Amino acid sequence: MADQVVLRHVTKQFTTRTLGTITAVNDFNLTVYEGECFSFLGPSGCGKTTTLRLIAGFEDLTDGEIELCGRLVSSKEKNLYVPPEERGLGMVFQAFAVWPHMIVFDNVAFPLKIQGINKHDIQKKVKEALRNTSLDGFESAYPSDLSGGQQQRIALARAIVTNPKVMLLDEPLSNLDPKLRETMRFEIKELQRKFNFTVIFVTHDQSEAMAISDRMMVCDMGNIIQIDTPINLYNRPVNRFVHSFLGESTFINVIIQDGKVYAKGNMEQALDIPIPPDVDREMVIATRPNAIELTRNRGYKTRIEKRTFLPDITEYLVPMGDQLLKVQTPHRIKFTQGEECYINLVNPMWYPAEDKELETERLRRQLI
Amino acid sequence: MTLYRNRKRSDLAAIDGKKFNLDLLMTGISFILLFIFAVIPIAMIAYNAFFYKGQFSLKLFTSVMTNKHNLAAMWNTIKIAFWVTICGTLMGLFYAWLLGRSDIPCKGLMRALFHIPYMFPPFIGAMAWDILFSGRGGYLNTWLMKTFNLPRAPFNINSLGGIIFVEISYFFPFVFMQVVSALERMDPTLEESARIAGASQGTVIRKITLPLVTPAISAGALLILISSLAHFGVPSILGFSKNIYTLPTMIYALISRSSGSFEGIRQGAALSIMLIAVVGIALIIQKKVLSSGGYDIIKGKSMRPTLIKLRGAKYPLLIISTLTLVIIVLMPLVTIFLVAMVRAYGLPLIPKNFTFKNYSKIFTSKATLDSIKNSLFLSVTAGLLCMFLGVMIAYVVNRIKPKGKGILELLSVLPYSIPGTVLAVGVILTWSGSLGINLYNTIWIILVAYLARYLSFSMESASASLQQVHSSLEEAARACGASHTESLIDITLPLIRPGMIAGFFLIFLPAMRELTTSVLLYGPYTRTLGVQVYSLREAGMIPQASALASVAIIIITICNALITEITKSRKGV
Amino acid sequence: MANVRFENITFHYGSHCVLKNFSLTVEKSQIMCLVGPGGCGKTTLARCLLGFIKPETGNIWIGDRCVFSAEKRINVATEQRGVGVVFQDYAVWPHLTVLENVTYPMRKRRLPKQEINERAKYALEQVRMTGYEKHLPSQLSGGQQQRVAIARALVSSDDVIVLDEPITNLDAKLREEMLVEIRMIQKKIGTTILYITHDQGAALKLCDKMAIMDWNGRLRQIGTDEDIILRPADRFVFEFIGLSNFIPLVEKNGKIGLSVGEFIPYPDSLPEGFDSSKKMEIGVRPNDIIFDDASPIRAKVRRVVFLGREYDYFLQLGTKELRVQHIALDVSQLSNVNEGDEVGIKFLNPRLYEANQHEVTQEVTA
Repeated sequence: MADQVVLRHVTKQFTTRTLGTITAVNDFNLTVYEGECFSFLGPSGCGKTTTLRLIAGFEDLTDGEIELCGRLVSSKEKNLYVPPEERGLGMVFQAFAVWPHMIVFDNVAFPLKIQGINKHDIQKKVKEALRNTSLDGFESAYPSDLSGGQQQRIALARAIVTNPKVMLLDEPLSNLDPKLRETMRFEIKELQRKFNFTVIFVTHDQSEAMAISDRMMVCDMGNIIQIDTPINLYNRPVNRFVHSFLGESTFINVIIQDGKVYAKGNMEQALDIPIPPDVDREMVIATRPNAIELTRNRGYKTRIEKRTFLPDITEYLVPMGDQLLKVQTPHRIKFTQGEECYINLVNPMWYPAEDKELETERLRRQLI
Repeated sequence: MTLYRNRKRSDLAAIDGKKFNLDLLMTGISFILLFIFAVIPIAMIAYNAFFYKGQFSLKLFTSVMTNKHNLAAMWNTIKIAFWVTICGTLMGLFYAWLLGRSDIPCKGLMRALFHIPYMFPPFIGAMAWDILFSGRGGYLNTWLMKTFNLPRAPFNINSLGGIIFVEISYFFPFVFMQVVSALERMDPTLEESARIAGASQGTVIRKITLPLVTPAISAGALLILISSLAHFGVPSILGFSKNIYTLPTMIYALISRSSGSFEGIRQGAALSIMLIAVVGIALIIQKKVLSSGGYDIIKGKSMRPTLIKLRGAKYPLLIISTLTLVIIVLMPLVTIFLVAMVRAYGLPLIPKNFTFKNYSKIFTSKATLDSIKNSLFLSVTAGLLCMFLGVMIAYVVNRIKPKGKGILELLSVLPYSIPGTVLAVGVILTWSGSLGINLYNTIWIILVAYLARYLSFSMESASASLQQVHSSLEEAARACGASHTESLIDITLPLIRPGMIAGFFLIFLPAMRELTTSVLLYGPYTRTLGVQVYSLREAGMIPQASALASVAIIIITICNALITEITKSRKGV
Repeated sequence: MANVRFENITFHYGSHCVLKNFSLTVEKSQIMCLVGPGGCGKTTLARCLLGFIKPETGNIWIGDRCVFSAEKRINVATEQRGVGVVFQDYAVWPHLTVLENVTYPMRKRRLPKQEINERAKYALEQVRMTGYEKHLPSQLSGGQQQRVAIARALVSSDDVIVLDEPITNLDAKLREEMLVEIRMIQKKIGTTILYITHDQGAALKLCDKMAIMDWNGRLRQIGTDEDIILRPADRFVFEFIGLSNFIPLVEKNGKIGLSVGEFIPYPDSLPEGFDSSKKMEIGVRPNDIIFDDASPIRAKVRRVVFLGREYDYFLQLGTKELRVQHIALDVSQLSNVNEGDEVGIKFLNPRLYEANQHEVTQEVTA
């Protein structure tokens, strides 16, 4: 697979009036392969949108270089900057950015008109794009007459009509309701399979990213934390932040004493988990509510504090030490409130104890 | 025990029996007041134009309409308005784009300069331009003739062109404000998506930005058009010496020259119909354009729009734009203050000819002090009354929502759409005894005219404030044990107070520097500040007129600064 | 703490009937969650209880006080009903400090100053806002403002509090925390709570009992979370709560089977109640469809989506598209079902319902 989008040592700094110089993107190195669906995932202020805008060319980088389909488009060293209109990309924005003063046909035909393509070919290509996005019949409508989902499809049609090699999607589904988000996700994936373009998808919604991506990048405060497939990121997150960002997490504060692991608040009963090398006295064990096994005889002894039935799972709260753990199981695992039970943690991750300063800095960035 | 009403189910008010009466009272008063202020004056004009001694007669109207001077005045009005609109729009557009979309430096300075015209009554500006470029030999004309050995004065401000020029300099900010606001609030991704699609910056402006701000441009342009059609101050200062009339100044001339005789007023009424017709057409166009709606282009997240880099053109544009602003904004200001200091009009404006005697003269003249007192009284009273009445009407329209609230809204906006001159004529006809009450030549008739004219300001700002006070805030108070009245006093009133105060100053400032209406309504002892400046000038006492004008400017500037401070520090809802 | 009784409440908005002979009892010190689709009348019912609107028929009792009776022409004014409220947008008064907000209800009742201060202090402790007395709402976060609103509701009523979507505007993590807090406070103080929401998960976690309303303002089921999930009263409840699959059933040659373009005889036992004169369907939740190679019901896997906690499968059974969800205990064990596979499926807990297309999808237009 060819290297479609390459970022080398890309850095972007902003000078703001209120908060001084901020490094929004710090030394990003990544490669997106041809035909891949690659997501940028992270909380607001992490640098994902800025990176996308650097690739699109709306911002110029402070350092590093960006290559698109083998062509250098931004380089600090060589003082090169190719403007957005010459990068040959397709892009879809969060607020659709569909022009309200043009009918659907003219919206989608716009990129082709700019290229100077003749009328007959424009007709053909626009019609095809509209068919691929389920918009045939709507050529003469104005965007304001259509629903949010349809407007987003106009934006999609406009982006694919020039057959770009790389498509940039900036939180395209955030303004749609949940059911529509799922439908559009499938449609985007179908389009990608059909036309085999490379997709870079920016989102703050982790389930969306996991559902659509071949690989994803999690970033935080301007730094890339981890790049991998969704399953690996979910299963083996490299730190506490990634763990809690990608789905529900259960963190247990533990104390290691005499070669045994104890939950904080209960030094009577040890947890039967192997201790990795190189640990401190106080650590945090991370697992997920659905990765805690509830049995009747084997494991850490505790009891059911509260039980709630939810449509797809049963949720239990069980005390462990001075913490209350959330456990999620299918309905067929049946325990009653107050009943004694045993829990086992399946493949937990180990992390160092809490860092409060990071959280404050993260909040600060979200205000920008 | 509560009264049980079957009719208004979903209305909070109907449950509390006592409240029913209060609401009805407020609604009733609102209708009556608006009828008195808005409907009757216009009706009186129509009546007096078309009826003579109780009988319908088109004689007056036809004689007025076929009079060649009147026709010339109407033609002038339209011509001036046309050119002012075109040029003002282009100028406003230029500055809006410059400050809203380009990377030109010194934006703060230019925006600050834009605030000055708002503090400057246009007729005082016209006075200043007349001092500089009067056809008979203004200061700058004389200086230019001497320096360049010219046989005649190069510029004559006492012309249609001069009137057009001065009006443009006061009205172009209307378009500027509308367009710059649209540009700043516009979703930048609308332009970014065009660039990704391959369009160059120029194409983006042509095909995307411009069409999307066209509604804002139209709105601003129509505002200029209507303001110019109805405008009195500038044509009166610059036009009379050369017998150039517009409809508003013609109406004034007819009435003032007939010394308030009934015949003169009748002719004024007939001419007013002509003016109403012209303005009415413009208003209909405005309504049509505004109702076809703008585009929903406002962005949600706060994003910075990409500024267009001017590169080489940056500094030349900077120089041109700042210079133009300096000329049209600062020059009149400086002139007024300099001439206020000169010992005798015509003497060169150099320090050795300066004196403070003009100031001492005006401050010891009873007429001047009275005029300041009158204006303060009128502005404060009109401000307060309009503030409370505006809140009441806004409450009726927004919360009580009776049948016919559309009429209420229309009636409250109507007086402002009528040219000030016409409103004055209507007020004269209504309150000069023909309906039983004679307020003519008293200060009260001016107050009545101000109330009619400015009520819509305070109603709109009170409406805006009320809409921000979500009804759940009042409902929460009710659930906490407060009665309806208590919730109004504890919750609603404090939250709209900042809006009310802003509404007060929204009226106080224009009323202080007003001329158009009071110039037709003043009596020997009831001159306003504007009228006094005007009168001093008419009497040829230019330095004193300038001195008083400078005082007016200072008062207005101070009040404006006060408001900005007050509204800035108060946090609203 | 008092109980709340709605008897025979009817209410129209214009010609649109929102509530018709609606009756509901909320027991003393109970958290009752009222859930239903948008426009179903749950907010209308709350506003009737608060006294902002007046029903056309029926009675409303708070404890042993009748606060509304259409027949007896009783309609107690809002300020005298003693019902606290927390709105969706908190409605914390921006021009008053936290303390002034919380003490307002008591000042209106003219309680002695000493008592006001004590009760305010206690209320703020319950919501963990001690120390914020002099703050203005604009200085607080969304979650903090909501806690102030709750404290204010607590002191304005000993009997009943209405919470109308109070946590919808908070982010997911905060929502979880607030649910726990509301429950804790309520257990401690014992106020009766009527909680209105469209968030099913929140309702299930919070409630002692849950009441489900349909589009027409009719009560479909009242029960605990277990009742609603394991024993839905009818098709509306089953379809409204969570996700569901419906497959048409027909009887052919004496056998009951699935009608999905082809006829597949159903291998296992079905619940009672199959009526061949009506159009019947089998209803089954995505989590109750498991893969079983031995099953004669074969489907094709169109798409596999990994969502972290669960795998989503989209299957094609004849002409019917089925949705299957399996919660993953150990994600490192990759799903052994791939796109394009043909799999055998088995239904756990199938339910028999009449095919009635107009139930859930019907929107009563105003």
